Amino acid sequence: MIESLFFIVFALLTLVCALMVVANPFSRNPVTSAMFLVLTIISMAGLFVLLNAFFLAAVQVLVYAGAVIVLFLFVIMLMDVEEEERRRVKHFAVYSGMLVSGVIAVIALTAIMSSGVGAYSSSNPVVQGSAKSLGKILFQNYLLPFEILSILLLVAMVGAILLSKKDLK
Amino acid sequence: MIQFEHYLIVSALLFCVGLLGALTRKNLLVLYMSLELMLNAANLALVAGSRFHDNLNGQVMVFFIITVAAAEVSVGLALIVALFRRRQTTNVQDLSELKL
Repeated sequence: MIESLFFIVFALLTLVCALMVVANPFSRNPVTSAMFLVLTIISMAGLFVLLNAFFLAAVQVLVYAGAVIVLFLFVIMLMDVEEEERRRVKHFAVYSGMLVSGVIAVIALTAIMSSGVGAYSSSNPVVQGSAKSLGKILFQNYLLPFEILSILLLVAMVGAILLSKKDLK
Repeated sequence: MIQFEHYLIVSALLFCVGLLGALTRKNLLVLYMSLELMLNAANLALVAGSRFHDNLNGQVMVFFIITVAAAEVSVGLALIVALFRRRQTTNVQDLSELKL
């Protein structure tokens, strides 16, 4: 019972804050969007905890709310944030975007409703996404992807440094 | 009782909110945030699948997605900074040279 209550609260918080990221009626400042993105990420970490994915909830807060948002804010501070608010909104583009995403939402919801995926779910789950169990499966079954991922992070770091150099020689 | 479908519905709605942002916003940074929202919607669906099917592989996949998203954001934001240094704008309407 209390789990359902928490689910409703976190799900509503996630969706409302996500909507505030993309379409805030009061401000079109990118800083406001970034702050609402933090709220979205944190309420989504709450959903992860409800799903027994404790390690991923911690990683979500650390990596997204910690690292990615700080990176976003750094870049926003380098730029002219007022410029976005001075620009006029094109209503036709907004309405057609709403139409397209609304149609896709309806299609996805009918697909989920009619598929009956709930029938396949186990009623009494035992899986626990703790750091121990996740680390075990990560280093036993997924060792090669894990190492490739570390190379990817190295490449991303080199690329970011190279791209932010003054003159690309 | 909360079922698998409920999580999938939240995930689908979150994806559509991200798509709305990617289609309507003109600022490159907010576009990136919308991309993050869509990736997070996929993460939520994967974690819910992992929980309700008693299978940890979905959570490992989410771990990989989070790492790839972090790498993508670092390179993408470096690109945006380089672009801003050249053109003094982050608005996609000012960056339409490739359009026919």
